[in-house]
Amino acid sequence: MSNFWSAWIIAGSLIVVFGCAYLLRMVIVDTMGDEGKEMPHEFDGIVEMNNPLPRWWTIMFAVSIVWGLGYFVWFGLGGYEGVVGWKSANKEYYSLADVKAANAKTRENNEINQYVNELDTADAVYGKTYAKFAAQSVEELMENEQALKVGQRLFIQNCAQCHGSDARGQRGFPNLTDTDWLHGGSFAKIKETINVGRDSRTMVSWKAALGGDEGVKDVVTYVRSLSGRKVNAKDAAAGKLKFGICAGCHGIDGKGNQALGAPNLTDNIWLYGGSTAAITDSVANGRIGVMPAWGEILGEDKVHVISAYVYSLSNKK
Amino acid sequence: MSHTTPSHADYNYTVVRQFAIATVILGIVGMAVGVFIAAQLYWPSLNFDTPWLTFSRLRPLHTNAVIFGFGTSALFATSYYVVQRTCQVRLFSDKIASFTFYGWMAIIASAVITLPLGYTSSKEYAELEWPIDIAIAVVWVAYAVNFFGTLMKRKTSHIYVANWFYGGFILVVAVLHIINSAAIPVSWLKSYSAYGGATDAMVQWWYGHNAVGFLLTAGFLGMMYYFVPKQAERPVYSYRLSIVHFWALVALYIWAGSHHLHYTALPDWSQTVGMVMSVILFAPSWGGMINGIMTLSGAWHKLRTDPILRFLIVSLSFYGMSTFEGPMMAIKTVNALSHYTDWTVGHVHSGALGWVAMVSVGALYHMIPRLYGNTRMYSKSLINTHFWLATIGTVLYIVAMWISGVMQGLMWSAVNSDGTLTYSFVESVEASMPFYLMRAIGGAFFLTGMLIMLYNVIKTVTAPKGSLIEEEA
Repeated sequence: MSNFWSAWIIAGSLIVVFGCAYLLRMVIVDTMGDEGKEMPHEFDGIVEMNNPLPRWWTIMFAVSIVWGLGYFVWFGLGGYEGVVGWKSANKEYYSLADVKAANAKTRENNEINQYVNELDTADAVYGKTYAKFAAQSVEELMENEQALKVGQRLFIQNCAQCHGSDARGQRGFPNLTDTDWLHGGSFAKIKETINVGRDSRTMVSWKAALGGDEGVKDVVTYVRSLSGRKVNAKDAAAGKLKFGICAGCHGIDGKGNQALGAPNLTDNIWLYGGSTAAITDSVANGRIGVMPAWGEILGEDKVHVISAYVYSLSNKK
Repeated sequence: MSHTTPSHADYNYTVVRQFAIATVILGIVGMAVGVFIAAQLYWPSLNFDTPWLTFSRLRPLHTNAVIFGFGTSALFATSYYVVQRTCQVRLFSDKIASFTFYGWMAIIASAVITLPLGYTSSKEYAELEWPIDIAIAVVWVAYAVNFFGTLMKRKTSHIYVANWFYGGFILVVAVLHIINSAAIPVSWLKSYSAYGGATDAMVQWWYGHNAVGFLLTAGFLGMMYYFVPKQAERPVYSYRLSIVHFWALVALYIWAGSHHLHYTALPDWSQTVGMVMSVILFAPSWGGMINGIMTLSGAWHKLRTDPILRFLIVSLSFYGMSTFEGPMMAIKTVNALSHYTDWTVGHVHSGALGWVAMVSVGALYHMIPRLYGNTRMYSKSLINTHFWLATIGTVLYIVAMWISGVMQGLMWSAVNSDGTLTYSFVESVEASMPFYLMRAIGGAFFLTGMLIMLYNVIKTVTAPKGSLIEEEA
């Protein structure tokens, strides 16, 4: 903050607070005529008495003013950082990396920073639980009811917004309890997905590439035939010729490719719906499903426990 | 008490009558929408799968109808009444007065149409889109010209304290509205705020909190300063207290808005300022309550027989309670528990129902018969019935919200031994359901009282002049 704005804020705030103190003193010192008598003016029959301020009220007001000034001195005002140098968080940084660097510096200098201090306290109290689980293999965790319970809580807190509290997903967000995996269902793959996130924006609009609405219609008809639906054979045949464009990701046989996150189109499980209209929408307009990276946010240990929980959903003992 | 009976100047009561009746009707409309959306929270199917009946669209309609329809009409009516009687002159301009009435009603009508249709700037308490915002600014400036014009030509030497508060409220609301509504239009019914990010949030809550501070507090304190001594027939307790609490209140309130944004991206210093000013504001806020309640000293027995005075005094008690609660909730530690919960909703309604609505209702019961050539309402016992319905309704409402609010705050911050949250959000919603029902019932009580008032008002305004005269005590 520039010196000008800092001075502006400090001056404005103090003028108001000291102004209140001055005002209070003024009406105590200046009795404005005889105390306890009527003021010499009258409005529509209303008269005002000149009673003194209640003592308890005056004290309360004065104490709050003194307390307020003390609070400014203690916690800071404008560019002045206060006696204790308290900060709520390192919020002047805009990227995760910058904030992490600033937080590291805060720890190094032992500063009072409520957010960082609370994170550290939480880590000190709860970190051991997760460290213990993180040292165990998925097989061990699968045997550990307590670990799965913790994993479920973490899931409900962080993942359920999209994937549902029962992990069965919803339109656009995959069901995590079946064995149909977009990016692979091994423990390592699940963990990777949670850690680094996934991005399906390679499924762009294919309308132009397929030659407009007619081409889209043909390809959609062919795609529907892959999961055993009755379709117009002529359209499907035309679509099959154009499916080469799709095969780059979804494979010649349409069975998808987990390395690319391309869904299997033959199993009749549809992330965005399997109706003609929904598939047409996918092909013509593309899809923008994004799974954020949680590794940086939750930390390795928690991701390990959540991964074990998600893995357990489709790999019952 | 020196009674110099004012020469019955030729006051403009037409505009006062118009706004007074509008207050009762818009109060019923706004509160009915409130009860309906309160019921929706308990029975969600009450939105009938119709977009314009959903909570998201009716909630701003409720707040706009009660704040700008009911509350602001009450302020228009009483300020026009009080400024004429305490300055002993007719309004500055009858034409401007008429313009403010029809202009304001057109604005309320446009809110009733556009909000359910989904047109919104998305700023809380400032949802109306830019053409309506411009209309508000124009009507408001006309109101200011008329009010201050009347003050300028007053026949009294001093300006009565009620008019300080009315004047302060009119000026500051104009400034707040114009600055917060600055926006870039992209079409006739869509605009984007002129401010970005945290600045936009700060401007919005500077406005939002002072809509409460100046419209719903300062304006209604002006109302209190006239109708309490008038109805009690007692002198105002302390002139000096009114000076110190008026100036401290207007100086401090304008700084307090950032307490709505504790623990957000707002810079720490601005949160500090918001919290400190809010806490210092506690004493000046209570100054008004003390001055009102102590005005009754020597006349406490009147509470036993006068339900209008009961409305006024109970409103001051709720005012005192809310203005204690507000500074407390502005303290960061308390805010960490109360923020985003129903406690906030309860706090607002202890002010809105207990203070704003009850002081307005008391003022209207005093004023309406006098506007129609009588001195008392058609039925005193119906006023009493209304009083009890309003009081019980308010208490049911705020107690329900206190319980569910504190419960939500505790549930949201409860953690397991592994540091994960004990409850999911939906579990806290489920636990709140009984209190949502209780709140809806409280609201229904309050609304029923307003319907009784409407009947009493109709009977009063249609009664022949001079037929409803208070017997001399």
